[in-house]
Amino acid sequence: MKLKSLMLGAAAATALAAAMAPAAFAERGSDGQVNVIMWQAPSTMNPYLSAGTKDIIASSVTLEPLASFTPEGEVVPRLAAEIPSVENGGISEDLRTVTWKLQPGIKWSDGTPFTAGDVAFTAEYCMSPQGGCAQLAKFEGVEKVEAVDELTVRVTFVSPRPDPFSAFVGAQSPILQKAQFQNCLGEAAPTCTEQNFNPVGTGPFVVKEFRTNDVISFAANPEYRDPAKPAFATLLMKGGGDAAAAARAVLETGEFDYAWNTQLSPDVIAGMEAAGKGKNVAAFGSLVERIHVNLTDPSSSLPEGERSTVKHPHPILTDPAVRKALSMAIDRQLLTEIGYGPAGQPTCNLVPAPAAWASENTECLTQDIEAAKALLDEAGWTVGAGGVREKDGKRLTLLFQTSVNAVRQDFQALIKQWWSEIGVETELKVVDPSVFFGGDAGSPDTFQKLYADVEMYANNFEGSNPEPYLARQTCDKAPGPENQWQGENTSRYCDPEYDRLIAEMTQIVDPAERGAMGRRLNEMLTKDSNAIIPLVYRGTTSAVSNTLGGVALNAWDSELWNVADWHRAK
Amino acid sequence: MLSFALRRLLLAVPTLLFISLVIFLLLEASPGDPLGDVPLTVPPEVKERMREALGLGQAWYIRYVLWLKQFFWVEPLYWFDRAFGTGFSQGMQRIISFQSRSPVFDVIAERLPQTLTVVGMSYLVGVMIALPIGIISAYRQYSWFDQIGTFISMVGFSLPTFFTGVVLIIVFGIKLQWFPSIYDTTHRVTDWDSFLVQLRQMAMPVAVLALYNAAQISRFMRASMLDNLRQDYVRTARAKGLSERVVVLKHVLRNSLIPVVTVIALGLPAVFGGAIITEQVFKVNGLGQLLILAIHANDMPMVMTLTFIFAVLIVGFTLIADLLYGVLDPRIRYD
Amino acid sequence: MTDRLLIEESAVNAAAPGAEALPPADPPPETHARSQSRDIWRQFRNHRGAMLALVLFVAILLFVGIGPLVWTIDPGFVDIRARNQGFSAAHPLGTDQLGRDMLARLMAGGQVSLAVGLTAMAVALTLGSLIGIGSGYFRRLDAPLMRLTELFLALPLLPLLLLMVTLFREPLGRAMGPAGGTFLLIVSAIGITSWMQTARILRGEVLGLKEREFILAAQSIGTPAPRMILRHVLPNVISPIVVAATLGIATAIITESALSFLGLGFPPDFPTWGRLLYDAVDQMQMYPWRVVLPGLLISLTVLSVNYIGDGLRDAMDPRIRGR
Repeated sequence: MKLKSLMLGAAAATALAAAMAPAAFAERGSDGQVNVIMWQAPSTMNPYLSAGTKDIIASSVTLEPLASFTPEGEVVPRLAAEIPSVENGGISEDLRTVTWKLQPGIKWSDGTPFTAGDVAFTAEYCMSPQGGCAQLAKFEGVEKVEAVDELTVRVTFVSPRPDPFSAFVGAQSPILQKAQFQNCLGEAAPTCTEQNFNPVGTGPFVVKEFRTNDVISFAANPEYRDPAKPAFATLLMKGGGDAAAAARAVLETGEFDYAWNTQLSPDVIAGMEAAGKGKNVAAFGSLVERIHVNLTDPSSSLPEGERSTVKHPHPILTDPAVRKALSMAIDRQLLTEIGYGPAGQPTCNLVPAPAAWASENTECLTQDIEAAKALLDEAGWTVGAGGVREKDGKRLTLLFQTSVNAVRQDFQALIKQWWSEIGVETELKVVDPSVFFGGDAGSPDTFQKLYADVEMYANNFEGSNPEPYLARQTCDKAPGPENQWQGENTSRYCDPEYDRLIAEMTQIVDPAERGAMGRRLNEMLTKDSNAIIPLVYRGTTSAVSNTLGGVALNAWDSELWNVADWHRAK
Repeated sequence: MLSFALRRLLLAVPTLLFISLVIFLLLEASPGDPLGDVPLTVPPEVKERMREALGLGQAWYIRYVLWLKQFFWVEPLYWFDRAFGTGFSQGMQRIISFQSRSPVFDVIAERLPQTLTVVGMSYLVGVMIALPIGIISAYRQYSWFDQIGTFISMVGFSLPTFFTGVVLIIVFGIKLQWFPSIYDTTHRVTDWDSFLVQLRQMAMPVAVLALYNAAQISRFMRASMLDNLRQDYVRTARAKGLSERVVVLKHVLRNSLIPVVTVIALGLPAVFGGAIITEQVFKVNGLGQLLILAIHANDMPMVMTLTFIFAVLIVGFTLIADLLYGVLDPRIRYD
Repeated sequence: MTDRLLIEESAVNAAAPGAEALPPADPPPETHARSQSRDIWRQFRNHRGAMLALVLFVAILLFVGIGPLVWTIDPGFVDIRARNQGFSAAHPLGTDQLGRDMLARLMAGGQVSLAVGLTAMAVALTLGSLIGIGSGYFRRLDAPLMRLTELFLALPLLPLLLLMVTLFREPLGRAMGPAGGTFLLIVSAIGITSWMQTARILRGEVLGLKEREFILAAQSIGTPAPRMILRHVLPNVISPIVVAATLGIATAIITESALSFLGLGFPPDFPTWGRLLYDAVDQMQMYPWRVVLPGLLISLTVLSVNYIGDGLRDAMDPRIRGR
């Protein structure tokens, strides 16, 4: 936690310095062009049609939500005049309605005024049944959104919502202009190529030219509300290549000012930073790299449709001692150091943030091979042929799968070695990410099917409310043929007590109580049962040139959330 | 010859239809999902809705027939409208990419220029280097020229472009700073200076690809020349008193070209297909990058359209190669 | 640069005792071989480049074959305290980012790469030759076989491979063990997706060859087709086959690394030359040896196969025999 607060502090300090320095002499467009490289190229500017991070980041330059998350995960007003709360009357006493007051005087980049009608339209656009809106989850539980007057919007929920900041908050659900998109509702949504590529926005930049999966050229928005911003006249967003090439373009050749997602091994980054042209910065959200232990039997001798289902418990991994030993044998500190460097922290938690939800669960941080061995001995697993432990004729042999990724393959090699030290034999398997995460019910290699004993991947939640995230680990969310293998409880964890607590949580309103409940749920999944073995709390990293000022990396919202404040550092 | 060409062209129609069906079924059967890129934070119910919006709820044969209609009917109509200002394609759905929700052909048109300039140029350069090297290497077999040529082409072929490309970037992009490491696809050539900029940004990708292509073609050229230089007719020609130049460049070369023509005819459709790795290394973002991204994203309409155009080119160039065999060696007859 | 690399390669061999101790590769001619093959061998021996290449190739084979028996460090053993080390007595070629011994990894990687390269090339050549010569020689087969070639050329490779892996990885793994199953899968995947060029080239050559006088003469005395192909056609198209073989090995080794990068290849703790090269590209500036060594081994293998091929072809050509 300490490291994290340090980093956040540093980020905040930069942001503050940035906000103060140029303010005295800034003028819109005086700093020329800023070059951003996104190695995964954006394919559309409409975040409602694509949930990809790359597309959300690109669109956040042009489109804005009512409120944003700060790098600390707090909600701050953007197009709204203030954040609604029970105190200021923005949130009703029964927690069913939220009333947003909009900032007056804001204009779209075409010069027309921004009104509550646009906000209501955006909800209609996403919630229209045939549209296939990628951000529909943000509008879950929303009964209706109405424009009360020109500058007031009221959102009504079906049931009380302790945390109403999902719709219109964060770069995933920005406001679209009604005038531009009103013919693009429902089935017509995909045909509006022109609108999707060149949306009219309120943000600091407007699209000049959009080439899908290649380059986007932006120019400063002449109607932007702050006449001194943005400092740059144009913004070029180039796609293509890989993370190493992107980092190289910023840190070594200096051709670009900012590179998104420079996830590389720490020594490679250090070598590039040595050129002195820029730095790699990190910010922490809620992303955790973890191992899911399969509690059901993936054996290929079972008939198709019954493999890895609750019908057949796992022959070895249902023994809690084995799961605990697997966790104890791992040196998370070393994994972090080798794989992520400053962009990671060892963790024992599935929910590492926000602070109120992060459990003081640090027991697993010290590797203890001897204790793990003793635990297995005690549980009756004796060392057999080839140093592999066995019990009742069952050998401790595991198939360990993950997606193709250099860091994950290093982790696999390390973990295999540690497990071999405690007498567990591991066979490794890798799957192409587009198949692994693709969710194709016909493929045996998806992470949901988990036709393996353990698997490793990373996941996070959006916004600052982990409740829905924890709610995905209940019994009925276990993937299986009945839900077309779409659940996210990949460990097939099933504890009636856990399900009961999740149901109870929806009724709790008090933030401190919610946090305490969240910590308890988190511990049930991790340290109590070891159904999920968290490894590393991962940050997002980006490379920033020394000549670029004002960057405040943000893991809770779009990385370019404050691009209006970016400027040329002298 | 003409009747042969016509017969083959007629036969090409069912062949291509069959190929398109096989490609479609292959894409259908291969694992992966268009929503694989969607973050895990998006719940499964929403993904299901998105899938339906992409039209994936329908049976495969309906989608196949729809694609055929869009490819062979709607798209030509659309381009006809564009050319003559008519309105036949009004209200008809063109082929739409899953990733960007934009018409597939517009994206292809956007990508074609950089692929043709970079990959096409490298192929041209490769062939122009390979032919003389192959000829001289064979004529002076085991001379120092041949040895060096063999060495370079073998090393050039055995080292993958993901390696040679990065080496070039480190040497010429970072250390010497001669060439940009990132290709600017929006660059327009308008005058001499911008032409020089274009040349500089093309230099490295073209060099990498040209080396790779030249290595391959020069080996086939050399082998074929060697075979022919030992034939009796060469001795006869020399005995007749023809000059070496005429013997080598007219008689031997012509007879040696059959395998080379084959290789080049197979290579030209690949120019359209782009160079996946090289485009990636130098951020050229041409058709190769488009195809690989589309495959990874399981963007069915895009992959289907690109591979089918590729198939058309392959069938076309194979036919051209077959016709050229007849020109190069009149003994080859098709009847 | 080249010289330095070559010196390094001899260091590689020196590091593997036994590698340089072998007698100048001189396998005795088979005792009851026909005089023709002895003839070819005599010719081949006179070809300096080819002999040198043969020695080199055998040295590489011994390096990957015998080397691991002498240098017994487990290529998968992670020694985290010894990562990113340079050349030392404990690790003659240094260690990688996890402290695994590079020498052991190069040897183990070579076994896989050479086995895959040679077998996949053989599969592709066999398929290509059968289809190419078949369609060139038999007019009736020409159209169907060439349409089949066009189909294979047009198929998108990646989805095809993904499909093959989905369908066959588990059944093959169950039947032959994970490593054996993967090997068969990779070799057939590379083989059946890279025979088309060979087939097209051979067909072109055979079409021309078929009209030559000696073929017509042989036909006129009623030589049966199999005999025609083996005795008269095949020897005359050996040049392009040799070239295709050389290029095929290089392609197969590189393709294998691309496959493992896609998760379609061997398990990730199985080193191969292509994979070692790929993994080290990002760290090229800091640890250049990690790319140079596997790159060099791949190039040397391909070069030696190329020269051996050249020598064989020259030795088999009766017109220049005895020159």
